[in-house]
Amino acid sequence: MAYLLKGVSILGAAPTDLAIVDGVISDKAPDDAQVIDATGLVALPGLVDVHTHLREPGREDAETVETGSRAAALGGYTAVCSMANTSPVADTAGVVEQVWRLGREAGLVDVQPIGAVTIGLAGKQLAELGAMADSAANVRIFSDDGFCVADPRLMRRALEYVKAFDGVIAQHAEEPRLTEGAQMHEGEVSTRLGLTGWPAVAEEAIIARDVLLAEHVGSRLHVCHVSTAGSVEVLRQAKARGVRVTAEVTPHHLLLTDELAAGYDPVFKVNPPLRTRNDVEALRQALLDGVIDVVATDHAPHAVQDKECEWSYARPGMLGLETALPIVLSVFGEKWDLIADRMSIAPARIAGLTGHGGDLSAGTPANITLVDPSARWVVDPAELASRSRNTPYAGMNLPGRIVATFLRGEATVLDGKAVK
Amino acid sequence: MIKHLRSAADLDAATATLILDTAAEMAALSGREVKKLPALRGRTVVNLFYEDSTRTRISFEAAAKRLSADVINFSAKGSSVSKGESLKDTALTLQAMGADAVVIRHPASGAPHRLAEWVDGSVVNAGDGTHEHPTQALLDAYTMRSRLGRLDGLKVAIVGDVLHSRVARSNVLLLTTLGAQVTVVGPPTLIPLDTAAALAEKTQVSYDLDAVLPDSDVVMMLRVQTERMQDSYFPSAREYSRRYGLDMRRMRRLPEHAIVMHPGPMNRGMEIAPEVADSPRSTIVEQVANGVSVRMAVLYLLLGGK
Repeated sequence: MAYLLKGVSILGAAPTDLAIVDGVISDKAPDDAQVIDATGLVALPGLVDVHTHLREPGREDAETVETGSRAAALGGYTAVCSMANTSPVADTAGVVEQVWRLGREAGLVDVQPIGAVTIGLAGKQLAELGAMADSAANVRIFSDDGFCVADPRLMRRALEYVKAFDGVIAQHAEEPRLTEGAQMHEGEVSTRLGLTGWPAVAEEAIIARDVLLAEHVGSRLHVCHVSTAGSVEVLRQAKARGVRVTAEVTPHHLLLTDELAAGYDPVFKVNPPLRTRNDVEALRQALLDGVIDVVATDHAPHAVQDKECEWSYARPGMLGLETALPIVLSVFGEKWDLIADRMSIAPARIAGLTGHGGDLSAGTPANITLVDPSARWVVDPAELASRSRNTPYAGMNLPGRIVATFLRGEATVLDGKAVK
Repeated sequence: MIKHLRSAADLDAATATLILDTAAEMAALSGREVKKLPALRGRTVVNLFYEDSTRTRISFEAAAKRLSADVINFSAKGSSVSKGESLKDTALTLQAMGADAVVIRHPASGAPHRLAEWVDGSVVNAGDGTHEHPTQALLDAYTMRSRLGRLDGLKVAIVGDVLHSRVARSNVLLLTTLGAQVTVVGPPTLIPLDTAAALAEKTQVSYDLDAVLPDSDVVMMLRVQTERMQDSYFPSAREYSRRYGLDMRRMRRLPEHAIVMHPGPMNRGMEIAPEVADSPRSTIVEQVANGVSVRMAVLYLLLGGK
């Protein structure tokens, strides 16, 4: 199927026509191309998420590769990197190939599995990173996300080892001894609520250590879900020294604060926790400055019973795929070049996903997101495509509606609806 | 009147004073031969206890019964709760039984807030995790007022594991609302970094008990669990006791009129010496008696008893 997007604004530029033929962007559409009136719509390179939890295998009651892929496509994504903390853990070639194959079968986004750094995420022994890299899943990002690779010697070895195949370690920065039993950001609100605090320094200390390790061994490091102003300063200094470090921030850490814990509703429980207004401001500035490279969703679906309970017993995590672009739009406004870089181009580069994060020029793969920036919508958890309902944005009125998503020229979303 | 008592912050000065005044009327009743009032006849009060606390449960039970309410005791042990039933499902069960008030004790902070979303009746927090214990604060305030005649301007030292203490949180909030000047005292490891900003701006922090005592009208000793040692909050029970325990020598630093309080259960010899606990300045037994009157007042007012 060929498409002609008439009157589309590419990254906010003057309206033009954009043709999609045989999976690539073309100068000219054939006569039988399906014409889409794209007046007032903005075309972005298809969004890429370097941090998604699809829960399959193991917690198919919370999400599957298919339902998560659909949520991703509806959120404007053409590629997602699925985290390794499944059951069984994605720590072998077999599991990463299974997830990769499920992604292909769903056919809504490119699902790029992330491999575990250590066997069972236990932080004791390296998983077979090379076997996962050599598998059909072609793994390049490795992460124990959910857990920190806390042992400094193991972290050093992991950073070094993946150099052989241009891999990168994505660290969940959380010093475990400083966060035992932690429930929320340590500060005024945790003191008032009587919930055990998760101090900012537990994140900052690990990032500081890891940038030094990466510098020492000359490896790439990626830092997951940066959440504090202090972390931003550590990263700023490391980058100024030339350390090969990249970092992500989630939409929720760009918008929400720890005050939301006041009602003890675990829909606001997440790891790392929501921080203070001061942290939010620092993270926004860091994304603008490029100290933080990408927005990543940390989409973390959870079954109802894992959230409809006491705060301390609830699992941490929030949905993110279907609301990420609207949240970024509401925080930064229509800064299309910034959005394209931080949500598509840079994440594709970090993940090594050639074919994604292009410049929408003729001849490049037609991975495209078409967004209506003037449309507003109210988040209704029941209407989300994810199998879970744990969105912190319920009832919020957000700007930006995804009208269409194209994966290598095939529409995965049209008129705001998933095609399958 | 407020519907729920989840936190001492739910109470403004007028409401808190009304509860204390009502408690005084209830206390007068306990001197009579027939101790019962018909105020809550036909109403159902559920004691939902996820933690063992005989003292608090009995106090609430006596309070509800003296108001003629039907009382259902629902303890986590030997019930469906220990089989893994969720708080929500338990709440829906209590709702179906027509509970007018649920008194909840729970190891998780904020459990009363969750419960209040799932039941129509009033929720009374009888201690939630390391968060609050508002009726304890009310009975403490009642005890101070009856011993010392006022709360406004009173200088109160709260000593010990403030970080993990629900009693301390509720007392700081309530006493400040009622005009007292609160100082929290303990080793820095057990005092939250943001105490004043988090709870009440006027709250003072001290790490030196000896310095605080001469200027205190009330000293409230908190229970310190010895397992905190394993977590390096302090080196040993002996050292804790030496630096922050209230013994006879320290008690003599208090002004003549000052009282010594403890919410119980006590670690005699740890945070409080036995001679201090049993001294005439100690209000520990009085606090227990006052607890029933205060809880009667709370149930009476929340349920709009006539």
